[in-house]
Amino acid sequence: MPRDKSIKKTMVIGSGPIVIGQAAEFDYAGTQACRVLREDGIEIVLVNSNPATIMTDNNIADHIYIEPLTLTTVKRIIEKERPDSILSGLGGQTGLTLSMQLAKDGFLDKMNVRLLGSLPETIDRAEDRQMFKDTMEEIGQPCIPSVIANELDTALSFADDMGYPVIVRPAFTMGGSGGGIAGNEEELREIATLGLSLSPIRQILVERSIAGWKEVEFEVMRDRAGNAIIICSMENFDPVGVHTGDSIVVAPTVTLADREYQMLRTASLNIVHSLKIEGGCNVQLALNPHSDEYAVIEVNPRVSRSSALASKATGYPIAKVATKIAIGYTLDEIINSVTGTTYAAFEPTLDYVAVKFPKWPFDKFVYADMKLGTQMKATGEVMSIADNFEEALLKAVRGAEIGLTTLDLPRLADKTDAAIRKELLQVTDQRLFVLYEAIKRGISIDELNQITKVDKWFLNSLLNIYKSSPRLQKPLVYKKVDTCAGEYEAKTPYFYSIENAEENEALPYAQKNDKPKIIVLGSGPIRIGQGIEFDYACVHCVWTLREMGYEVIVINNNPETVSTDFDTADRLYFEPLHIDDVMSIINQEKPEGVIVAFGGGTAIKLTRELAKRGVNIIGTSADSIDICEDRSRFDELLESLGISRPAGFSIMNTDEALEASAKLGYPVLLRPSYVIGGQNMIIAHQPEDIVEYMKIILRSKQDNPVLVDKYLQGLEIEVDAICDGKDVLIPGIMEHIERTGVHSGDSISVYPMRKESQLKTLGGFSQLKISNEPSMVAGQETDELSAKLYNLTEKLCLALNVKGLINIQYVLYNGEIYVIEVNPRASRTVPYISKVTGIPMCALATKVSIGKTLAELGVAPGIGKVPDYVAVKVPVFSFEKLAGLDITLGPEMKSTGEVLGIGRSLMEALYKGLVASKCNLKHEGGILLTVRESDKQEALGIAKKYKDLGFNIYATGGTAAFLKAHDFENVEVVEKIQNNAENNTVTLLESGKISYVICTTSKGRDPALDEVKIRRRACVLGIPCLTSLDTAMALADCLLSGFNEETTELVDINNF
Amino acid sequence: MTAYLILENGRVFQGEFFGAAGEAVGEVVFTTGMTGYLETITDPGYHGQIILQSFPLIGNYGVIPADLEKDSISAKAYICKYPCQEPSNYRNEGDLDTFFMSKGIVGVKGIDTRALAKLIRDNGVMNAKITSQPPTEADRVQAAAYKIEAAIPAVSCKEVKTYGSGNLHVALLDFGMKDSLVKSLMARGCKVSVFPHDASPNMIMSMRPDGIMLSSGPGDPADPTNQVIIDNLKELIKLDIPMFGVCMGHLLLARAKGFETTKMKFGHHGSNQPVKDLKTGRVYISSQNHGYAAVAAREDCYFVNVNDGSCEGMDYGRSFSVQFQPEGRSGPTDTAFLFDKFVENMKEARNA
Repeated sequence: MPRDKSIKKTMVIGSGPIVIGQAAEFDYAGTQACRVLREDGIEIVLVNSNPATIMTDNNIADHIYIEPLTLTTVKRIIEKERPDSILSGLGGQTGLTLSMQLAKDGFLDKMNVRLLGSLPETIDRAEDRQMFKDTMEEIGQPCIPSVIANELDTALSFADDMGYPVIVRPAFTMGGSGGGIAGNEEELREIATLGLSLSPIRQILVERSIAGWKEVEFEVMRDRAGNAIIICSMENFDPVGVHTGDSIVVAPTVTLADREYQMLRTASLNIVHSLKIEGGCNVQLALNPHSDEYAVIEVNPRVSRSSALASKATGYPIAKVATKIAIGYTLDEIINSVTGTTYAAFEPTLDYVAVKFPKWPFDKFVYADMKLGTQMKATGEVMSIADNFEEALLKAVRGAEIGLTTLDLPRLADKTDAAIRKELLQVTDQRLFVLYEAIKRGISIDELNQITKVDKWFLNSLLNIYKSSPRLQKPLVYKKVDTCAGEYEAKTPYFYSIENAEENEALPYAQKNDKPKIIVLGSGPIRIGQGIEFDYACVHCVWTLREMGYEVIVINNNPETVSTDFDTADRLYFEPLHIDDVMSIINQEKPEGVIVAFGGGTAIKLTRELAKRGVNIIGTSADSIDICEDRSRFDELLESLGISRPAGFSIMNTDEALEASAKLGYPVLLRPSYVIGGQNMIIAHQPEDIVEYMKIILRSKQDNPVLVDKYLQGLEIEVDAICDGKDVLIPGIMEHIERTGVHSGDSISVYPMRKESQLKTLGGFSQLKISNEPSMVAGQETDELSAKLYNLTEKLCLALNVKGLINIQYVLYNGEIYVIEVNPRASRTVPYISKVTGIPMCALATKVSIGKTLAELGVAPGIGKVPDYVAVKVPVFSFEKLAGLDITLGPEMKSTGEVLGIGRSLMEALYKGLVASKCNLKHEGGILLTVRESDKQEALGIAKKYKDLGFNIYATGGTAAFLKAHDFENVEVVEKIQNNAENNTVTLLESGKISYVICTTSKGRDPALDEVKIRRRACVLGIPCLTSLDTAMALADCLLSGFNEETTELVDINNF
Repeated sequence: MTAYLILENGRVFQGEFFGAAGEAVGEVVFTTGMTGYLETITDPGYHGQIILQSFPLIGNYGVIPADLEKDSISAKAYICKYPCQEPSNYRNEGDLDTFFMSKGIVGVKGIDTRALAKLIRDNGVMNAKITSQPPTEADRVQAAAYKIEAAIPAVSCKEVKTYGSGNLHVALLDFGMKDSLVKSLMARGCKVSVFPHDASPNMIMSMRPDGIMLSSGPGDPADPTNQVIIDNLKELIKLDIPMFGVCMGHLLLARAKGFETTKMKFGHHGSNQPVKDLKTGRVYISSQNHGYAAVAAREDCYFVNVNDGSCEGMDYGRSFSVQFQPEGRSGPTDTAFLFDKFVENMKEARNA
């Protein structure tokens, strides 16, 4: 069946911000989808609240709305744009759920819009637990005994009948949010209550635990003619019980006999046929390791995280094919773009294995609960490819950037055998390493299999790794991923290394040399502090270089990204971003140079080692990069330039830290040098904090010193600039709503920076001493503050001889400007500033880094023209998925993603940003205030503002007393939890009377603390909890401005 | 022990022996199936051939007797990258190394299997010799001179044997069948009598079968020793009895119907071949193991290969045949409905 010609204008819904369970894979999928629609001449309306995406780039769609992904807003966009159809299956759970809501309330029918891909009935039958169970029963597919519960009692009585443990899975939540394994009634009560509250339809599934069975997934593709194929099978190293997103996964299955494989394959096909899926679909099954009994776990009737993995593992472009199917094509009409000669109607076959290794945030969140279960906790993942599991696993570990190049975890060396055995009883992110330690000690494979149920095949692989001699310095050989195990010639292959082989398939490509070659290093796995923004930057760098006639080679290992798509670069090496692996490729390709400036900290970290080995670093020099990271060199530079920075010292141990802090005076800021996203960064208010911090930081080996700085609480200003070594362009100056102390990635960032006069009105800022005299910058008239910032930026750029991008964070404190951080590379604000200003920052930076001047590119130096719109970047967190974690914002970054609000005024943009971040904006109810001593004066003003808005004010003892003492009437006093009162803060939160919590504390991240409990409870209940008074003030102003979702302007950024 | 693989074009690969160490000469074919090595190894369709497995991790689930298609192995040797020493499966009864040793099958591991597969893809099927001695020109000459001849007589059964009981009686001509063909028919309520490849039409018809199943098998359909089969099939066609041919059965039936057959460059060997039913437009994934194809215009075909357009099946009315193996083993059974079609044809013929 050829393409459906009635489709002329399609809306593509993205997946919104990166959160745990929904990462970059949907940008990759959505971008592929848009390209397919473009090829077929379909006009595209794109909606996504996440600005750090390729899909929201102006060349990807015709109309681009970076707007909140809410029902109201999307409806308004449909009314404005009048698309004839919506592509629902490529925007993750967010896109699918929105599409379904639009379909169900009759809006799509009314507007004459149809859903492309699977029908709403199909999606319902796959997603609604009861309908799914019924369908499976009809076609004789076994499900796990379970009950669908809309209330707690149903769950409890089922568990009474079946016996514990039972597994709870809430309906319509992504990444298993709110799910878990309950071992007893008490646990079930807690998990089920949470699950019910998180499910948009208040429904959970409670099922028999089949923990220990093999977990197997099939990626299936079906078209409307009923042709269905398996694209990839995957087997989890971790048996059932650990969320598949948190499991080590191998593709294809490796322990299933053909009979077992075919049984599950046929089951998967029967399931997608019965559901009448059109497009990509993921089927998860469990197989009893001691019989041929199996059970269907679940079906995702859409492109998923596993699809991205399956795509990259096999070379089969799942999102592309799913989109083609959605617009009417059948599988036998779609060409396999990797071979160029065969069709999409075939099953990829591999002659290698791909291993996925999750990237967890526990290195940053030392107090978060590291237990793995049905709630996904990983923020990202790496994939590695080799022709045996052992090599692939080691590559994955090396590429995961967890400080390990082998399976030896130093922490375990001193443990007793008993302690090792005990650790194995609990599944954590470190189980692989504990298993390896156990194997090293000679604990038998049988025993380990009994304890963990990990298949003996995997355990024997670990034993093989232990027995094999340390890696020989054998040259690596590169092989192609070609979808067909060599049966057909590949046109757009990508490469992976193996150790034992003769033929190097990359060599003919590497030796061609008809164009100058450049290697671009990617950013590795998505983690807190290094998200999709850096893949965005890399992709733009690659595109620009290709346009300029370079042959571009990408090295990256993140399967979720656009940069690892088969046709982004001329050549892709799917390899770890580890110095040895990278050098092997460099030695083979012999490029003109390597670009490290777009791959975030991952690429920057390699600079020193690359330079040491004589590799040409294109753009800003390795030496300049080192100056920015090396404390004493950086201080020298600032001193020579006469630029102020907060006083500070470099230290190596706890005593030195205490001494330095005493000299500086508390509070001080502590952080390791060479870090990403403020990892392990804290503000210490007293010596005890220093001791606690140093204990944590010294757990892992520190090659670089720890930095101790005087902490200045001022206004934070951020600048992204481009310099060609001579001229400097600042596309935009941003300010942060929150004062310094909150990591820039967790702050609400506003572009353009407000005028000085407005800045002065902010709470707590009366110290500005900069006059309102107009100044000149590169021939432009501007205000004095901007001029000063420009001059400082220019000085730094020239001194560092920056050739490309630079990101500088300033703090305005007592009327003076201090530099707090300089990063000579792409930053996380680059995508959004590029989009709002229309300045293609990555493209310009790429061009200047290879020697063009801004003048040659027709770009005048100075500060970019301020547009008519204000853009507000709002951070998005995944706190509900990380039990035990204190949600207080501080110098260590905690957000996983971001959204953007664009409006005519700051308040409109802020309102849209907050709505897009899924902040539950209520205009009535109560405010619970509990603030530290130093915040009380300021809290008074905030309380007044909320009171004027009509909120009831509740406060804990000290805060309430302060308010009352300052003539603030009608404060209701709430008991703390520790006082064991019947009515305390937590019961108040649960009563539903509270709309917002404002909670600041002086110290501590320990989950046992009262304030931490309040904040966690609020988070679980979905009550916005503001831990910075600046955020609280901004929110009040925003509420006061009176915007609602019907009154905001819908901004098509492609047609500003 | 070092194993050398000498291809007829002179290219040498060096690996290590597993299973039985020794000499072997045969035609190298690569199969891309990722599971199903047990079924592959014991498929008589590989008679005279050296099997090269593209997937590098072989033997992971060990040796499972119930999954073997035959007790004997017809292939000359087996090549894979990393045979597993510590298999894991609840039905596993031993590792591949020991199994090959007991069967006297030469195994070669550790060579660049992908490079070898691509060589065959680009040059077409090639013969090779495996030896433990450093290669000589004589080895290459010996490889080049090798030819698979009289393959079907070598693997077919010698006497008639009947399996199961059922309302419909199928005469199965054994050209080198896999046991699952019999099982597929039995599962549909058929009694199956297996005949030697050259059983005469009289002998077959004397048992009053409702239909005739033509099995898969090795070699060239145009091999002179197959003429007797083709002549017999021509006689049977005249009787208008339902026939269903798979793989070699399909090729021999095609020849009996007057079509030519041809040797393919490197054939189809694997579990992922897409075939299209030209009547319905539906595409199915099939399991295949063949190096020859019927030469037929697209309009004469029932199924064609989606990738290369080659003939994958013919429908002659009451009789039909397919190039692939609907019984799977190894591989998918998406086209198992063809057995149902055969059963329907037999019922119809009986009621006619």
